[in-house]
Amino acid sequence: MKTKIMKNVLLVSTIPLLSMGAINGLAATDLSLWYHGAGNPVEAKIIDSMVDDFNKSQSEWKVTLQGFPQESYNDSVIAAALAGNLPDILDVDGPVMPNWAWAGYLQPLNIDSASIEDFLPGTKGYWDGQLYSLGLWDAGVAMISRKSTLVEANIRIPTLAQPWTLNEFNAALETLKQTGQYDYPFDPGLAWKGEWFPYAFSPFLQSFGGDIIDRDTYQTAEGVLNGDAAIAFGEWWQMLFQQGYSPGNSQDTADRETGLIDGKYAIQWNGNWIALNMLKAFGDDVLFLPAPDFGHGPKMGASSWQFGVSSSTSHPQGAADFIQFASQDRYLTAFSDAIGLIPPTKAAADASQYYQEGSPMATFFELSAQQAVLRPVTPGYVVAAKVFEKALADIADGADVIDTLDNAADEINNDIRRNLGYGH
Amino acid sequence: MQKNASTLTQHNRSGWLFALPGFGLMMLFIVVPFVFAIVFSMTNQRLISPNPTQFVGLENYQQLLSVNILVLEPVITATGERKQDADGNLSYPRIRTYTRNNPDYAHLQGMKEWFTWQWQDKKVAILASDPVFMKAVVNTFLFVLVVAPLQGALALALALLINQRLKGINVYRAIYFMPVVVSIVVVSILWRFIYDGQNGLLNNLLHTVSLGHLAPVDWLGNPDTALGSIMAMSIWQAIGFHMVIWLSGLQTISPTLYEAAKIEGASSWQTFRYVTWPGLKNTAVLVLIVITMQAFALFAQIDVMTSGGPLDSTQTIVFQAVERGYGKQDISGGSAISVVLFVMVLSISLLQRYFTREKK
Repeated sequence: MKTKIMKNVLLVSTIPLLSMGAINGLAATDLSLWYHGAGNPVEAKIIDSMVDDFNKSQSEWKVTLQGFPQESYNDSVIAAALAGNLPDILDVDGPVMPNWAWAGYLQPLNIDSASIEDFLPGTKGYWDGQLYSLGLWDAGVAMISRKSTLVEANIRIPTLAQPWTLNEFNAALETLKQTGQYDYPFDPGLAWKGEWFPYAFSPFLQSFGGDIIDRDTYQTAEGVLNGDAAIAFGEWWQMLFQQGYSPGNSQDTADRETGLIDGKYAIQWNGNWIALNMLKAFGDDVLFLPAPDFGHGPKMGASSWQFGVSSSTSHPQGAADFIQFASQDRYLTAFSDAIGLIPPTKAAADASQYYQEGSPMATFFELSAQQAVLRPVTPGYVVAAKVFEKALADIADGADVIDTLDNAADEINNDIRRNLGYGH
Repeated sequence: MQKNASTLTQHNRSGWLFALPGFGLMMLFIVVPFVFAIVFSMTNQRLISPNPTQFVGLENYQQLLSVNILVLEPVITATGERKQDADGNLSYPRIRTYTRNNPDYAHLQGMKEWFTWQWQDKKVAILASDPVFMKAVVNTFLFVLVVAPLQGALALALALLINQRLKGINVYRAIYFMPVVVSIVVVSILWRFIYDGQNGLLNNLLHTVSLGHLAPVDWLGNPDTALGSIMAMSIWQAIGFHMVIWLSGLQTISPTLYEAAKIEGASSWQTFRYVTWPGLKNTAVLVLIVITMQAFALFAQIDVMTSGGPLDSTQTIVFQAVERGYGKQDISGGSAISVVLFVMVLSISLLQRYFTREKK
């Protein structure tokens, strides 16, 4: 009985679908799209409506969306690629893109470069001189604190034009520690493992004058990851934990989320995705401040998730059309308004709720435009990022700075050698 | 043989036919991947790469297992004295001056410090190409050496406890067995909260019990306690499984033996020593081998709770294999580690079999 009803329901529901196809005459070509954001209902809603709009806007292509949980997304893509099952369009984390392009998972994205001229540099994925991916938003990191905290402790509030210097920042940490009001004055967020480490902390290293890999050749880490500047960075990094300025590797994840709001920390190094919560908690009192200048200018990481065209699709033009369609200002603004992401264009930022001129989060747009540094654009980044993460975790735990950085540089160099230079 | 037995039970071919699904799956998921691992370990195979795979011989093993020794003389100052630091300790040149781009020590190029000790006024350093792997090997063996006997013994104690005819004994059996059923990943996440350095359950408990005299310990964040904490939690989690095996062994011992022992007036220790323990011989061998092999495969706890840190104090062989093969996309390196682990476990199992063999 039940199955009979089900059958009827199925039959009845198919008829309009079939007739719709008949009315359209030519059936649209299906394009599959994989996305990492399954489980985030707000994000899914925008993506869904964007896909719907695109499907309605023309009759040639029909995009169907498949969501994955972020934790298993990269593994799913790698497994699909090995099995020859890639979708037509996929999204890719910015720093991982060169790895996938080099491995032949992606093909160059055919979008007129003039149409994306205004996009923030972090949202454009170039590898080997060609555009492979385009982001609908960027992500940025800032020092988040409260005006009252700094004013009470008599600490100068830094600006984009005049950020804290190394000495000023260290002095501020000491002053805040002396107040005795906080568990730790500064929370860099070691509770978050993985990509957070290179994304959030390699800009500190770059501000000291070092880097993960030598960006002139991308063939060696010797001298940049273990040079004098990097050693100075490593010693400063270790000092943060030895002096009790920052919670270390065993920081409670819950504290990472709410520690600033609960008053356990005075300053937090955190991303724009948390900014909405901070605004809600502190209102006008909240401060989004630029990174300190450790000698080579204040820096922060750039580049978030981006869309690209898989190498195996037989419809690269349809895929590129979709990505071009998605990069309209109204979608960029929609993502920003819904989840607080940084819009990639000035126009989208001006139209957005949080990033328009004078809004509290507008700082992030300026930070992205002025200070953002891409993580090393090389297929070897995937390995270098892991090595960097372990080195920083070990140094925070008290390992010898010079030896740890030496070992990290060796491991990266060894990996580059075994990959025949990663195609540079 | 019975006359009316069907051909199914008489012909060897049907026996093989019945075994085929099992054998097939074992071939597909155990033997074939393992052959692949051996082959990959001698190439530079990557998880993803457009480069062709090349045969590199034993390079991966050499990279993994090379060890060397370096003896350091104390630094002599310009005045001819031995340089000392503020605490009066002799100071030595940095090992990196020998292992990095030093043509006089070309054989040490790229090696790293594994551990050092003082020998008279010299410092002796053991260098390894891959000290992290070496630490992983040491930690894994340490884990096996502590967990195998402890878990076996405690599981036996529990089995003896619950092998009684008491009311509601099944409730206790269920309680002790429960952690085995829960996924190790879930257990690891929960124990991470228990071990939390700031406001974990264990610290709160110790604080209360000691009336505030015990300072909170960062169980998983301190190199001295991290591995021990994981051992304790692992023993707790898997103990129920081995308890059940012991229990089944206990129940195969004939009650008449116990009756005889009782009549003879044996104490409970004597009963255990001369009736129970000999009866458990085969079970003991099984439990020991199973625990040893499980302990060598320690991975999930590490992955969830510490990622090998702090300072490599919880690195293990399997964690390194996964980290390298998938995390760093180096399938050949991960394969080499797996092969090394296989050889270790095989030799230990053979040794155990030799020592526990039936002596005739």
